Amino acid sequence: MSNQPFTHLDVLESESIHIMREVAAECKNPALLFSGGKDSIVMLRLAEKAFRPARFPFPLVHIDTEHNFPEVIACRDKLASDLGERLIVRSLDGSIKKGTIVLKNADQGRNAFQSVTLLETIAEFGFDACIGGARRDEEKARAKERIFSFRDEFGQWDPKNQRPELWDTYNTRVHAGENIRVFPISNWTEMDIWEYIAREKLYIPDIYYAHEREVIRRDNGILPVSHLVQPRPGETVEKMMVRFRTVGDMTCTCPVESHARNAQEIIEETAITRITERGATRMDDQTSEASMELRKKEGYF
Amino acid sequence: MSNTTQLLRFITAGSVDDGKSTLIGRLLHDSKSIFEDQLSAITKTSERRGGMGAVDLSLLTDGLQAEREQGITIDVAYRYFATPKRKFIIGDTPGHEQYTRNMVTAASTANLAIILIDARKGVLTQTRRHTFIASLVGVPHIVLAVNKMDMVGYSEETFDTICAEYRAFAAQLGLHEITFIPMSALNGDMVVERGENLNWYQGSPLLELLENVVIDHDLNTTDFRYPVQWVCRPQTQEYHDFRGYMGRIESGEIAVGDEITILPSGRTTKVKEIVTYDGNLQRAYAPQSVTLTLTDEIDISRGDMFVKSATMPQASKEFEAMLCWLSESPLDLSRKYIIKHTTRVVKCVFARLEYRVDVNTLEQHSSATLNMNDIARVAMKVQQPLVFDSYIKNRFTGSFIVIDEATNNTVAAGMII
Ligand SMILES: Nc1nc2c(ncn2[C@@H]2O[C@H](COP(=O)(O)OP(=O)(O)OP(=O)(O)O)[C@@H](O)[C@H]2O)c(=O)[nH]1
Ligand SMILES: [Mg+2]
Repeated sequence: MSNQPFTHLDVLESESIHIMREVAAECKNPALLFSGGKDSIVMLRLAEKAFRPARFPFPLVHIDTEHNFPEVIACRDKLASDLGERLIVRSLDGSIKKGTIVLKNADQGRNAFQSVTLLETIAEFGFDACIGGARRDEEKARAKERIFSFRDEFGQWDPKNQRPELWDTYNTRVHAGENIRVFPISNWTEMDIWEYIAREKLYIPDIYYAHEREVIRRDNGILPVSHLVQPRPGETVEKMMVRFRTVGDMTCTCPVESHARNAQEIIEETAITRITERGATRMDDQTSEASMELRKKEGYF
Repeated sequence: MSNTTQLLRFITAGSVDDGKSTLIGRLLHDSKSIFEDQLSAITKTSERRGGMGAVDLSLLTDGLQAEREQGITIDVAYRYFATPKRKFIIGDTPGHEQYTRNMVTAASTANLAIILIDARKGVLTQTRRHTFIASLVGVPHIVLAVNKMDMVGYSEETFDTICAEYRAFAAQLGLHEITFIPMSALNGDMVVERGENLNWYQGSPLLELLENVVIDHDLNTTDFRYPVQWVCRPQTQEYHDFRGYMGRIESGEIAVGDEITILPSGRTTKVKEIVTYDGNLQRAYAPQSVTLTLTDEIDISRGDMFVKSATMPQASKEFEAMLCWLSESPLDLSRKYIIKHTTRVVKCVFARLEYRVDVNTLEQHSSATLNMNDIARVAMKVQQPLVFDSYIKNRFTGSFIVIDEATNNTVAAGMII
C-alpha cells in the first residue's frame, strides 16, 4: 500500500489523535485528566501531536488524592509548565473539609474516593467531557467500556446499557449535567505504552525505573515505606531494588522487584512478566471480584 | 508487505452458548497470553461457582457481574494479545439476540469474524443474523468455526453437513471466501494446537490462520478522502498566519503540491504543506492523522471533505442505505433524526422504508416501522448535502450513525448503497 513503514504504534497513535480531535471539535467544555503517571504522560504527547502548533483546546485536570508519590507530583507540575498548558488541581482534602468525603481513618486508601472530587470538579467547571488514560487491557470491567463512555447526571456508568459505538463515528452528545468519559488509549496495552515511551523518549517520574527503596511485606504484597506506610509491630523494613508499574495511592500501590533502569529494559521485562499490571501493583483492586466495576458505576474514571 | 498487517482486529460471533467466550479464553490460554493472577482469579471464581474442577475460560472475557451471574456475554469485551507474527485486538461479542447491537459495534471495526456454530445444533437464526451483519458491515474475512466437535464424536460427516448448509446461506449473501475449521474450544483441538482428534482435517488451526491472513488489500488505497476534523488557528506571534486543516486520511494518499477539491463547495486548491508534530512530510497515507495547509485562502470548516479531483465521491441530499436498527424504541417515520457521517452532523428524515430483511430466509418484506435488530433498506433525506461513497467502495465515507435527538442515543447504523 505504501512505502512508508507503519508500525502498530503508528496505527494506535493515529487512532488516539483522531479521538482527541473529535472531542475538541464536538464537546463544548472538555478536560484532560492528567495525573503525572505514565499513561497520562503518553496522553500529553498524543495531545501535542493532535493540536500543535496550537495550544490544547482543553485544560489539564488532576484529582489529587494527596497520597501521591512526590516524584509524580513534581513530574506533573514540570510537564504542565514545560508545555505551557493550564493545570487545574482539585484535592480530595477539599472534599474531606467540605464533608463530602468521610474517611474512616486518615491513612486509608483514597482511590475509591477520587470519584467524589472528580464529580465535584466536573460540576464546578461544567465539563461535558473528560479525557482519561484508562486502557482496556488493565482490568476486566474496563475491557468492556466504550471509547466514548456515557455517564448520567450522577456520573454513573451503566455497563448493561452502553451506547452502540460504530466504526470511528463517535456519538459525543450529552444533555446538560451529563458527561462523556473519553479513553483515547483504550486499545493500547502496557507493552505499547512502554514502546511508545521508548520511541518518543518521554520524560516520566524516575520511580518507574529500578531504584533501591525501603519496603515492607504486607498482605501478599510489598509496600513502600513512607510517611503514610510505617512498619507495624512484627514487620521489618527491607531494602530492595524495585520499580513501579503504576503510580497511584502510596498506601496501596506496590512496586515490583526489578533491575530495569530504562524503558528498553522495562520492555524486556514486560515481555516475560506473568502478572498483570494491576494484579502486581494494586491492593485495592483485589478486595472483591468487581471492585473496578463498582467504582465505575459510582463515577470513577 | 506493509506493517499495518501487524495489527489484526477480529471478533467472535454466533448464537448463544456456541462457545465464543470459551474460544477466546482457549486462544489466550494456549498462546500463553493469560497472566498468572488472571488465571488464579478465574480459577477461584470457577470453584466458587461450583465448577467441576475445570477452569471456566469464558470468565476471562465475561468480566461484568451480571455476565458472571447469568453465564452469558452482554457486551463486547476487548482483549489484546500478541504472537511473534502479529498483534491482535479481539472483540468477544454476545450471542443473545437482545444484545445484537453490541455485536454490530464490534463487527464495525473488525478485519475478520469467527462465526461459531455448536456442532450439535448446526446453523441457527442467530448464526444467520450475525453472518448477515458481518457481510453488511463488510467484515472482509469470515471464518466458520464448527465448535463442540467433542460432543459429536469429532465426526467429519457432521462437519461437512454443517459446512454445506452454511455455505448455501452465505452464498446468498455473496460471501464465498470462507474458511471452515472444526474445533473444540473446550479441549483446545484446532485452536492453537491441532490436537489428536481431528486428524481428518487438512487445514491449519485457528491461530495459524489468524497469523497469516492477508489484510493489506482491504484498505481503499486509490481514493483520497480527508474529512476536516478541526481547523487549527494557533493565534500566536510565531504562527500568526497559520491555518491548518486537521484530520485523518481515511483512504488513499496525498502529497505536497497535489491538487485537491474541497467538498461540498467544489473549490480547488493545492496542498502546501503536510504538517505533523514530528516534522513536515512530502507524502502521507491512510490511516495517518496529519494537518494540511493549502496554497489558497478558502473558507473551510469541520465537516468539509478534501478529495482529489480525479476520484470524486458523490454529493447529495438523498441516498439509500442499509440500516441496522439498534434501539429499543422503534423507528418513528414521522420524526426527524440526526445523522453523523464522517465529521458532519445533519438532520435527516426517513423518506421511505423500502423493505425489511428476514434474516433467516433473506426474503424482503414491506414494513411500517423498524424494531430493535431489524435490518432494512431505507431512503433518506438530509438537510444539507453529504459527501459520500458507497459503503462497498469505502467503509469510512459510506457509513453513518443515526442519533435520536431527544435521548442522544445512537439508534441505527447505516451503510450507503
Ligand atoms: N463440550 C464442549 N463444550 C463447550 C465447548 N466450547 C464451549 N463449551 C461450553 O458451552 C457453554 C457456553 O460457552 P460460552 O463460551 O460461554 O458461550 P458463548 O458463545 O460465549 O455464549 P454467549 O456469549 O452468551 O452468547 C459453556 O458451558 C462452555 O463450557 C466445546 O468445544 N465443547
Ligand atoms: Mg460469550
